[in-house]
Amino acid sequence: MADPMKIRAQMKGDVCEIRVLMSHPMETGQRKDNDGKTIPAHHIQLVSVALNGKTVVSGQLAGSVSRNPVLGFKVKGAKSGDKVTVSWKDNKGDSRTDEATVA
Amino acid sequence: MDLIRRTVLKGAGATGVLAGLLATGMLKPTLAYANEWNAAAFGAKDLDVALKTIGADGASANASLVMKAPDIAENGAVVPVDVVSNIPNTSSIAILVKKNPFPLAAYFEFSNGALPDVSIRLKVAETCPIIAIAKADGKTFSTQKEVKVTVGGCGG
Repeated sequence: MADPMKIRAQMKGDVCEIRVLMSHPMETGQRKDNDGKTIPAHHIQLVSVALNGKTVVSGQLAGSVSRNPVLGFKVKGAKSGDKVTVSWKDNKGDSRTDEATVA
Repeated sequence: MDLIRRTVLKGAGATGVLAGLLATGMLKPTLAYANEWNAAAFGAKDLDVALKTIGADGASANASLVMKAPDIAENGAVVPVDVVSNIPNTSSIAILVKKNPFPLAAYFEFSNGALPDVSIRLKVAETCPIIAIAKADGKTFSTQKEVKVTVGGCGG
């Protein structure tokens, strides 16, 4: 199981700003190790952000997203105290779900 | 062989996600991921093919689709990119890096009050345009910005 995500959700006016820091190597499958062997691709493929259980953003990522992805989203109609749930799933079948409360 | 491996991986992954979400009691499993990973689009090595696969060939340039990216990226491994669409009813945003080995980098769909506004950090292999595609009311719109890369982002 990968390390927990860091999720920050903050109201700015009537818009909730969500920032997520994921911990993941995001290998592209293009790099070679010191012995010249290709390092196999290992990256997050699916991302889902939900507000109080309702999906707001559903995303798909390639290995060309930077290591330890930082994603930012904005959602209207949220309020302080709402629950933000973020999940991801990578190409090796590993996954992770974390929650945060809107401040 | 490869097909079997994929099916097994898929099965294993889905079970893990379901278990996780059911455990939190927050999400219905069907809501978790609206889409499967679009392997055809993400596996396309050519920009035009990638655009075609996501139905964005012939996208028209639109000034209401705004992308923020640095003019010069000293480190191609971490290039911050912000895309905001001011086009009404924007339902999805795709981000592509023209000269990366696989141009399509990310694809997002928005619903239930999410604004078409996303920030992300990308690897950029060499100096080239970064392209954003927005879909609204069945039409596709595009914008692009050239990013100069001094150190390549794909390492090795």
